[in-house]
Amino acid sequence: MMPSDSPLVAFGIGIAFGVALERAGLAHAPTLAGQFYFTDFTVFKVMFSALVTAMLGAFWLSRLGVIELAAVHVPQTWLLPQVVGGLVFGLGFVVSGLCPGTGCAAAASGRLDGLSTVLGMFVGVLATGWAYPMLEPFLVRTAYGPLTLPQALGVPYGVVVCGVVVVALGAFRLVEWQERRT
Amino acid sequence: MTRPAPYANPYVAGTGLGLVLLAAYALAGRGLGASGAFARTASGAVQALAPGQTAGHAWFGRYLDDGGIGQDWLVLEVLGLLCGAFLSAMLARRWRLGIERGPHVGSGARLAAACLGGIAMGVGAVFARGCTSGLALTGGALLSVGSWAFMLCAFAGAYACAPLVRGLWR
Repeated sequence: MMPSDSPLVAFGIGIAFGVALERAGLAHAPTLAGQFYFTDFTVFKVMFSALVTAMLGAFWLSRLGVIELAAVHVPQTWLLPQVVGGLVFGLGFVVSGLCPGTGCAAAASGRLDGLSTVLGMFVGVLATGWAYPMLEPFLVRTAYGPLTLPQALGVPYGVVVCGVVVVALGAFRLVEWQERRT
Repeated sequence: MTRPAPYANPYVAGTGLGLVLLAAYALAGRGLGASGAFARTASGAVQALAPGQTAGHAWFGRYLDDGGIGQDWLVLEVLGLLCGAFLSAMLARRWRLGIERGPHVGSGARLAAACLGGIAMGVGAVFARGCTSGLALTGGALLSVGSWAFMLCAFAGAYACAPLVRGLWR
């Protein structure tokens, strides 16, 4: 199957994305914040069942020759900036209770805190983008290109896929147990 | 009739989200995203208001060499996201103009915190080249090293900061 960059595909995928986030309850900030106080694990459950589904789907569809995994763009690795960016992002995540995608979904559901998050995001991206030339020496450090875990660890792709599934299933059991306790 | 419908089972909704992501890989050769649309919109805004600032700029320039903002894949996808979430909330009777907040925080403080959190996420997303959807989820399922590093650090940062902002949510 040849990938297409049709605007209709982009818009259609977006609609399905928005529906999935809203149905999951991820347009509701207190649900997301609960993740970080060990009271509500919706974020983890939704995110990891989505990750495992897409990972297994991509793995098997490429094995069956339905899709060409090499034609799918793998987000590139800039290790150090992504570690620092992740920590700053996480701080913002718990303060806002939403992330960029769920913030948009919250705003579209009429929530003004979602709208405020979206406006803040815009300012943060704009200001950091503007300062990029000054930050560039740091932001281009530790660049590894489209490096994957199987390549980095030197193990077959299927082994890492299997490992992620095992860890996810174990973690699902753990969070269900924790939710029953509280 | 006017009561909001309950949310979907998280594992079912997550599997649905995973199938949407899989469809994006198969149909478009890329994953989902959100912060990239902000980057494109911000670059477009600067170009419209201060064209001199974008010429030769190492970051804005990268987002502007396409066929215009209406042709940008992520901008269209995020427009779809807004429509999809709106329709879904309407159909489930969950659309409501309001502010979601913890029990001990005022509306003004909640909106300020949401904005500050958004700013921090904007900074983090530019540093990391993506957010929870475009980097963590999309790249996580493709086993990208940077995606997993970002995802683990984002959760670590949020858990580390959570006790300090407990008043916002508990």
